[in-house]
Amino acid sequence: MAKDILRKPKGFNDVYFNKPGADKENTHYCPGCGHGVVHKLIAEALEDFGVADRAIMISPVGCSVFVYYYFATGNVQAAHGRAPAVATGLKRANPDSIVISYQGDGDLGAIGGNNILQAANRGENITVIFVNNAIYGMTGGQMAPTTLVGQRTMTTPYGRSVENEGYPIKICELLASLESPAYLERTAITDVKNIMKTRLAIRKAIKVQIDNKGFSLVEILSACPSGWRMTPRKAKEWITTNMMPYFKPGVYKDVLNERKPYAPAKLNLSLDEIDEKLGLKEEAPSFPGDMSGLKENHRNPRIKVAGFGGQGVLMLGNVLAEAGMLQGYEVSWLPSYGPEMRGGTANCQVHIDEDKIGSPVVSDSTVLIAMNKPSLDKFVPDVVPGGVVLYNTSMIDQAPRRKDLEIIPVPASEIADATGDLKVANMVMIGAYLETTKVVSKEAVFAALDIAIKHKGFIPMNQKAIEQGIEHVRKIKG
Amino acid sequence: MPRMEVYTDHCKGCELCVEICPAGVIEMSEEINKLGYHPARYKGEGCTGCGFCFYACPEPDAITVYKKED
Amino acid sequence: MAKELIKGNEAVIKGALLAGCRNYFGYPITPASEIAHAASKYFPLLGRSFLQGESEVASINMCYGAASAGVRTMTASSGPGISLKQEGISYAAGSELPIVIVDIQRGGPGLGNIAPEQGDYNQVTKGGGHGNYKTIVLAPNCAQEMCDLTMLAFDLADEYRTPVYVFTDGYIGQMMEPVEFPKAREIKVEKDWAVWGNRESRDNLINSIYLEPLELEAHNQKLQDKYQLIEEKEVMFDTYRLDDAELVTMGYGIVSRILKTAIDKARKKGLKVGLLRPITLFPFPNKKIQELGNRVNSFLVVEMSNGQMVQDVKLALLGAKPVYFYNRMGGVVPTVNEVLNKIEEILK
Repeated sequence: MAKDILRKPKGFNDVYFNKPGADKENTHYCPGCGHGVVHKLIAEALEDFGVADRAIMISPVGCSVFVYYYFATGNVQAAHGRAPAVATGLKRANPDSIVISYQGDGDLGAIGGNNILQAANRGENITVIFVNNAIYGMTGGQMAPTTLVGQRTMTTPYGRSVENEGYPIKICELLASLESPAYLERTAITDVKNIMKTRLAIRKAIKVQIDNKGFSLVEILSACPSGWRMTPRKAKEWITTNMMPYFKPGVYKDVLNERKPYAPAKLNLSLDEIDEKLGLKEEAPSFPGDMSGLKENHRNPRIKVAGFGGQGVLMLGNVLAEAGMLQGYEVSWLPSYGPEMRGGTANCQVHIDEDKIGSPVVSDSTVLIAMNKPSLDKFVPDVVPGGVVLYNTSMIDQAPRRKDLEIIPVPASEIADATGDLKVANMVMIGAYLETTKVVSKEAVFAALDIAIKHKGFIPMNQKAIEQGIEHVRKIKG
Repeated sequence: MPRMEVYTDHCKGCELCVEICPAGVIEMSEEINKLGYHPARYKGEGCTGCGFCFYACPEPDAITVYKKED
Repeated sequence: MAKELIKGNEAVIKGALLAGCRNYFGYPITPASEIAHAASKYFPLLGRSFLQGESEVASINMCYGAASAGVRTMTASSGPGISLKQEGISYAAGSELPIVIVDIQRGGPGLGNIAPEQGDYNQVTKGGGHGNYKTIVLAPNCAQEMCDLTMLAFDLADEYRTPVYVFTDGYIGQMMEPVEFPKAREIKVEKDWAVWGNRESRDNLINSIYLEPLELEAHNQKLQDKYQLIEEKEVMFDTYRLDDAELVTMGYGIVSRILKTAIDKARKKGLKVGLLRPITLFPFPNKKIQELGNRVNSFLVVEMSNGQMVQDVKLALLGAKPVYFYNRMGGVVPTVNEVLNKIEEILK
């Protein structure tokens, strides 16, 4: 872009109004600092592309923490190393914005190492400008992840040693091993040629984002004359003689030709559509229930359901609670959760009550549904006198010894098997329970199945198993 | 004639413009500016308008380059 | 809308979406993972954004970014994850960013276990990260409140420009109960401070740096004034059978449910006991506690922790009345009978 006059680009604020103190015209950078040059190249690109208004600069922690003084863009200051995560949040909140994460070597390569790696690997459509000056400037010249072997810093007073600190980290090479990034280049601010290469790289990296082509990063080898204790001229020479042989400039990744632009689709839903997508319904099936006529030991049950993981214990309780709700009762369902239910034992605790439920925990149950022997042995002592115990005789060879309980033996697994699938033993138990107590009706349970069971194809088998459970109790009760 | 201009009180005296100027038309002044540095200055003639000094200068507003007559 | 039997953790997400939450960022952890599961299912359906961050630290910082853009955003975790998020929460408090953070507590310290505990009280109600800040803490005790208080959390976060916790335990998160969700409504919140990436918001800055001590002191004072206003205006609590109570029990989350049943049992025995359940843990219902302190004989605080909230109760009462304490730790949930015994012991 040929210009007749080269002057302070419009990507900069005229006056640095965010800068505290009296001087709102000068930068806070030391003489000869590479940040100033990089800033100028970014500001120029923002002006030339006409995207300063859409742009959001992220200030990192480090010497460039005050990026927000200078740029005539939206500005967000981030925690140390977190700029790529903050950029991700900004960009995903507003994909139309142009988000530039400006980071130093400590911020990007050390404390924020995983953040940059993962943002690159997600292919976030952001631009990262990575200023590598091989030292922590802001905190007073300590070792950076990119400090060269042998380089003396405040925390490597004898020089960085491979044995103690390892080798300097090569970010471009590291990120280039990932599939997702679209464009990665390393440049240096030394002579005219390299400064102009840097200029083009920065412009390209911003353009990649404007074109929605994904993650781009430019690593810029840059001088820190103060940190290196050198004159600006010497510092430039030091980049050439010491940094560039190790951190070789070049394009490390450029897959722009094969990348298709991607921007997330915008979806404008009506309020009714939102309700529908969330599965909210104006009305639910209703089967008003009444427990007043039931036996006292059956009313307002506190149910414990227990068995092996995989016996459908949680679903059993879920369907009972769901049915209770459809009958207008207060209900709660509390599962055992986490790894303990994976492969081990599972249990859940269900309340169905005419009144509001206090503790959802069932410590003294009025109903125990035991699908296997360990569950029966473990939970029978907790059943209150007069309580109901339904147990799976297919897997439990010994009836509970307590005489103060209403005990219903159910060959649930066998009935289920005969019905067609061992897995519906839980449904057999539901049938047995509802026939025994009448707390919930068959109609309510069937309606609950419709809600609780995702694969509708299984519903007829489940209904059949419930019918079989009902039939079984009718038979044994005569 | 093309020319470069130094905004004296923005210059931090790093000399990078002097070093990069292919025509050798920038020098350091003996005056001391508001920031306490010897600022760069244009020798007054010979600028080719290449703009290298503008891009080498770390200060946003210290150097302006007029490539053409104005 | 019609009642729906739903897990507390899922009710959080439906509530969040009804409250206009646009961006979810989170990391899996038991017992909060269903929140991420539900978010990953429903956010895309509504054209909103779900992203599993690479870490808890990243997730809260992603929230920091989205909140900076002015959208409603949230994350969820459990104790170990909340510890990691504290850096970002401190930055969000300093930068005055509205973020809703759900903490489904589990057993600690360290890896602890995944059973319900209440050991995160101090880290969420006292700031938790570095610096002079507080966050609003809402403590639901049922699935309905998981929805309602999540929705309220977004409103409070925006009103006060502050992170807000929805703070409960593994039981309330995992439990299914009927929830009546409100109908979707238009949510529009003007945020003239946000950085949207347009000309109008171009001069805006999201920042927590104030290099000059006097400026940082002023910023801190502004935050403290905000917290004081929150203390004056936003205290919420629930009471049960307090009218003639001689003993006031206190607990939040699942404990408050256990207390309610224990109180019903105690009342049947003629014991005059009631419940004060804080719904906001910050702001804490100090005034209500003091008022009760003037007319009751004693307090019983029940916690599934080493005694964290009880300190605040004692501070509110300043020794005016005895404060008894009953606790279980490690993921052991106190039974109704244990609590009842304690009540009987105190009142005898």
